[in-house]
Amino acid sequence: MSRTYAELAGLMTAMTGDEKHGPSATSTLDVLWVLYDQVLRVSPETVDDPGRDRFLLSKGHGPAAYYAVLAAKGFFPEAWLAGFGSADSPLGYHPDRNLIPGVEISSGSLGHGLPLGVGLAHGLLARGLPEPRVFVLVGDAELDEGSNGEAIVYAGAAGLPNLTVIAVDNQSSTWGWGPGGIEAQFAVAGWAVTRVDGRDHGALALALAGSAGEPRLIVAAVERKG
Amino acid sequence: MRVVGDMRTAFGDAAVELLEEDPLTAIVLADISADMFAKAMARHPARVLNVGIREQLMVSVGGGLALAGMRPIVHTYAPFLVGRAFEQVKLDLGHQGAPAVLVSVGASYDAARAGRTHQAPEDVTLIGALPGFSVHVPGHPDEVRSLLRGAVRALGSGRSAYIRLTTEANRSVLGSGSGGLALLREGRLGVVVAVGPMLDPVLEAVGDLDVSVAYATTVRPFDADGLRAAAGDSGVVVLVEPYLAGTSAGVVSEALAGRPHRLLSLGVRELELRRYGTPGDHARMQGLGAAGIRRSVLKFLG
Repeated sequence: MSRTYAELAGLMTAMTGDEKHGPSATSTLDVLWVLYDQVLRVSPETVDDPGRDRFLLSKGHGPAAYYAVLAAKGFFPEAWLAGFGSADSPLGYHPDRNLIPGVEISSGSLGHGLPLGVGLAHGLLARGLPEPRVFVLVGDAELDEGSNGEAIVYAGAAGLPNLTVIAVDNQSSTWGWGPGGIEAQFAVAGWAVTRVDGRDHGALALALAGSAGEPRLIVAAVERKG
Repeated sequence: MRVVGDMRTAFGDAAVELLEEDPLTAIVLADISADMFAKAMARHPARVLNVGIREQLMVSVGGGLALAGMRPIVHTYAPFLVGRAFEQVKLDLGHQGAPAVLVSVGASYDAARAGRTHQAPEDVTLIGALPGFSVHVPGHPDEVRSLLRGAVRALGSGRSAYIRLTTEANRSVLGSGSGGLALLREGRLGVVVAVGPMLDPVLEAVGDLDVSVAYATTVRPFDADGLRAAAGDSGVVVLVEPYLAGTSAGVVSEALAGRPHRLLSLGVRELELRRYGTPGDHARMQGLGAAGIRRSVLKFLG
């Protein structure tokens, strides 16, 4: 069964019981949809294929949108959604890669996804797999965590060609990133940076497309967190 | 002064040997020991990575390599590997199910002159709190190679490992090298279990006492069967560990839960000693020199 973007809201309602979803639950929804619908070379049949693209949801908070997209794309049965957060459900408030098909990392504690992605990108190259790309989704406030700083400087200097970071920017970082925005932090470390409208599917697809080449940052700007 | 072994070089040689043999082996460094691996890095730039002074990243990169199907060996100074990056060890290796072999140098007070910042007597307690981690504490450089190779092999079954190297080596290898508890001599009053580099001072301390001496290099999992056999009928056990006192008291108690027993746990007691000096000075001040161990054992045996 192939779902459309318009049907994701219904899948999220199946999880939370709410008809309306706040900005924090949906800040990642469009990016996730575009990734799984148009960009990532991964499917339910290839979740163990060494040559698949990897998507790492580092910002594990509010995973309803992630689960909805994974279910919509057939990675696990939609029937799982109703059990969200219950003792017998594989779907927790933070995802566990050991429980959910297609989930590449267990996240929740902030600042782990990008450093893990750096290792994964290195590992794929070391295994002679230059094609698969590693995408890491972080939040702007998550970048407060110093572990990201370690990874940003290192990955830029190492020039990891297969690593792409998507920073969903809802301006929730308490101290912000100054006039240059998040991208200034990455650009100074040698990353190729772009900023796009995080709700514009065409712009997102364009920014995310392409093959491995250089470490890339795409800032996906969405509404300010209320 | 103790004979200074060279476990770090033994580790470097064994790790490079694995790199050459197995294209899935990788080494991750945070500047420490980078010189030792410079040649290997030139030969295998994709598999010998030095991330600079970034220990959180170093451990996470190990986890990421494991997610790509590699067998990572992650190495730096003990307090920075285990203490500073503990959440990375817990989540990015353990919780992910992305196993790696962690190899530390520095131990409890190899860097006595450097002070508390460079000492990690709490490392085994921390790692021991995590499921799925073996802990190996070699007592001699010649034990390092087989422990490292075994630990890397065990990555295939999803098990991580922590290997704790020290400059304070025993003079000779007395164990089987199998990692389990080796009974070195038998006595009637109880058993003294020496972990890794504690063997030499233990043998000196209890040489004339009617006690058994057992030697362990692997403390997680702890060899419960070996301990029950070594404890014999007396049920009297003295555990001598080169890190925080009582670190393995729980697993020893568990091994002996089915029988009456008495346990004395020796190890590092004072974490904020605020003294410099040599490793030998610290061993004495912590009661872990031969004389201190003897005093404690005699008092305990009564």
